[in-house]
Amino acid sequence: MLTVLLILIPLVAGLIAFGLKGTGAKVLSLIASIATLAVGVGAWAQFGSQGAESLRFTAEWIPQLGSQFNVGVDGMGLMLCLLTAISFPLIFITIYTREYEQPNAFYGLMLLSQAGLMGVFTAYDALLFYVFWELALIPVYFLCSMWGGEKRIAVTFKFFIYTFIGSLLMLVGLIYIYTQTQSFEWSAFTSLTMAQNEQSWLFWLFFVAFAIKMPVFPFHTWQPDTYEQSPTPVTMVLSGIMVKMGLFGVVRWLLPVLPLGAYMWAEVAMVLSIIGIIYASCIAMLQQDIKKLIAYSSIAHIGLMAAAIFANNEQSLQGMQVQMFNHGINIIGLWIIVEIIQQRLHIKNLNEMGGIATVAPRMAIFLVVISFANIALPLTNGFIGEFLMFSGLFQYNVWFAAVACLGIILSAVYTLNMVQKVIFGEANTLTGTFTDLKAGETFSLTVIVAIILVLGVYPKPLLELVSQTTVWLDKVI
Amino acid sequence: MNALISSALFGVCLMFIGLVVKNKQSIKYFAILGAAMSFGANLLDCYNVGTTLYGMIEVSSFSVVFNGVAIGATMLYFLLCGSSFEKVGEHVADYFALMFFILAGITIASSFSNLLMLFLAIEIISIPQYILAGADKRNQKSNEASLKYFLMGSFSTGILLMGIALIYGAAGSFNLAEIGLGTGELHPLSLCGIMLMAFALSFKVSAAPFHFWTPDVYDGSPTVFTAFMATVVKAGSFVAFARLFHTAFAGGSISEHWGLIIAIITALTLLIGNITAVFQQSVKRMLAYSSIAQAGFMLFAVVAMNETATQGIILYAAAYSVASIGIFAVLLKLGDYTLDGFNGLAKSQPLMAFATTVFLMSLAGIPLTAGFFAKYFVLAAAIQQGGLLWLVILAVLCAAVSVYYYFRVIMAMYFKSGTPQITEPSGGFKAGLVLAVAIVIVLGVYPNLLLNLL
Repeated sequence: MLTVLLILIPLVAGLIAFGLKGTGAKVLSLIASIATLAVGVGAWAQFGSQGAESLRFTAEWIPQLGSQFNVGVDGMGLMLCLLTAISFPLIFITIYTREYEQPNAFYGLMLLSQAGLMGVFTAYDALLFYVFWELALIPVYFLCSMWGGEKRIAVTFKFFIYTFIGSLLMLVGLIYIYTQTQSFEWSAFTSLTMAQNEQSWLFWLFFVAFAIKMPVFPFHTWQPDTYEQSPTPVTMVLSGIMVKMGLFGVVRWLLPVLPLGAYMWAEVAMVLSIIGIIYASCIAMLQQDIKKLIAYSSIAHIGLMAAAIFANNEQSLQGMQVQMFNHGINIIGLWIIVEIIQQRLHIKNLNEMGGIATVAPRMAIFLVVISFANIALPLTNGFIGEFLMFSGLFQYNVWFAAVACLGIILSAVYTLNMVQKVIFGEANTLTGTFTDLKAGETFSLTVIVAIILVLGVYPKPLLELVSQTTVWLDKVI
Repeated sequence: MNALISSALFGVCLMFIGLVVKNKQSIKYFAILGAAMSFGANLLDCYNVGTTLYGMIEVSSFSVVFNGVAIGATMLYFLLCGSSFEKVGEHVADYFALMFFILAGITIASSFSNLLMLFLAIEIISIPQYILAGADKRNQKSNEASLKYFLMGSFSTGILLMGIALIYGAAGSFNLAEIGLGTGELHPLSLCGIMLMAFALSFKVSAAPFHFWTPDVYDGSPTVFTAFMATVVKAGSFVAFARLFHTAFAGGSISEHWGLIIAIITALTLLIGNITAVFQQSVKRMLAYSSIAQAGFMLFAVVAMNETATQGIILYAAAYSVASIGIFAVLLKLGDYTLDGFNGLAKSQPLMAFATTVFLMSLAGIPLTAGFFAKYFVLAAAIQQGGLLWLVILAVLCAAVSVYYYFRVIMAMYFKSGTPQITEPSGGFKAGLVLAVAIVIVLGVYPNLLLNLL
């Protein structure tokens, strides 16, 4: 039942928020997101003590189609639910003092997207998974289009069409498999054995949908513009959590269902992912727009995770899962800082910044720590994940790993360059007026930095949480 | 059968009532009452499932459910659009009467078991439409629409009759159960007959390349009648199409031939409907082309000969009719039918904008709206049938294109500013919209509500 609550609380709160006036929606969102977090932590405790099966919930939905309302979590699903549950209160606390037009719609849509995300990570029924997949997408489309930047309408429209095409292709794949299983249940999907040629083309129906969402090169073109044009809280959701839907989809619905197809096309997928790493890193180095820089950096990091999935050995899979969580935390941290800068200075160009460390030392420290985590320095949370992924990649193919490793160096170049341009140097007339962090912002960043450092030193709880999924996947594939 | 008698009876009553009652609102309420009573009469047919009338009409659970959907949608249409009839012309009672006659035709279309009854059904559906298309007598476009519709319609009726004659020549019977062309050897005469009937019915459901009349007729007809033609009537014609081909012509090598022909018609319909809709600036014209595109999806139910297809067409008829009637009802309240006419609607009329958004999402096939499961069922039917995966992928890509033109309206309403010219909606109208939205969402979350009845 706890799993259902994870979806139900934001869903109901979101619907109620639409009807509230004034600050009601804001307060309700914060309360609902904290309640969801509490349920998430409760689920984690129950997962540890009574196992995954105790969190399973099944109810009738559309028996004619063999589809049930079937939700539950394994280690990876729970980890992503926790990431979602942690991120939303942090986002709401950070933006608590901001004023949005039509706040009821803004907060209502945010909560609906949270419900969609929770549904995606918990669905054990393919049709349900598809429905939640779309439910997560649609509120984000409206959020970006209504509260985004100048070019928001065209940009988010492109984003929507891209992801919708992917989703529909996946739907065709799902229906095709369903015609053979007569059930949408995940276990029915995974226990079906299909011929290699069937799996070979089915792979692409699923892979395109997930690759667009991640995004993997060359399906990424919607991403930098969308991140740049979206209001920053929405960018946090998109880059921190929503991209993980693609990775999660591959692990949950692609690898175990189509193992032969994945095996056949693994190299192609890895090459695309690695091209993405280098390509996005190079573009990130040239960016002067801080939002675009982080967007491209995100493509590079996700590229590494995508490559790690298809390397398909225990270490790479474990590293990838750990990194899903860590990347989410780190990138949300970076976006919080971008949001703070934008709120204060209304600029995005790095060349116009500088000297913030002198006027806002607290924020500078946070930025440095989060940036180090983004580069995956030891003692930060990013390190263990990247280490495991690279060692997995080396086992698969030394050359692939060697090229992908260039991503680390490039990541250091653009991240440190950004840190330097933002906080060091002389303060100009604009940045001289910068005020240091407010209480809510300090709280959010403190939590993020605490997670970064704790998991950097002691990643065991996270590794244990996902190890079960890794072991299972290793057996299946 | 009860639904047929009831709707025909109310049609006749309304003709006479128009002579006596001059208050147009009371006529509307009488029509709604008539639709409600026909709905009830249809429910009584549940007890007659399996009975036939001289081998001409056969009551089945499918026909009862479909008639329920058609009459229910008509009732919703009367609720939402009934008040706009008086803007078209004086003869409000006659318009309602003609619609009841069309309903009578639709009830035959869903339950005929003889080719002659099919012919009658199609004609009973068509002739009142020719009149309705030209109802706005002072408007030249309306006259043109009526004439064009009449000429094209008569032409296709001729082809249909020719097809029926050839089938009679090949099979020696008009009775659906006895024709059984799927089982025997392939006879050129029967294939010709089937093709002629396929083409004629494609005309009726505005499938490409027989769709050329559609945009002009839909655009020229009074908008309030276009709403009815493009929804309930179209679904009725589809049911006749699917029923004829599934019952009389399915099976054996012959269905491979016509299956391929209809698959090609489906592909063309999807492509032409969707691509042309993208370029329309008038929302009314866009809806005309989108109705062609939606016809492409409904054709899947004809191509795929299985039970899922039958469920699909019922769900599609319901989802498509309710959503389209809703959008047309909103359109009727607007002074300007172009995309710009929708600019800023969300600010001035949040409920109407929200309802339109839900309807458009349903037409686009987005989950949690009825349109999603409608599309799901017809595509699933095609995949089950096998050999049609290319068509399914094409349909999926076309669905993505359709998002483009449907969402342009949403963008205009929510993200652009403007002051739409609008007739202030009444409380009843708003309630009707909320009801339509509720139907779309309930069927989107729990389609079984309808499918369990089958």
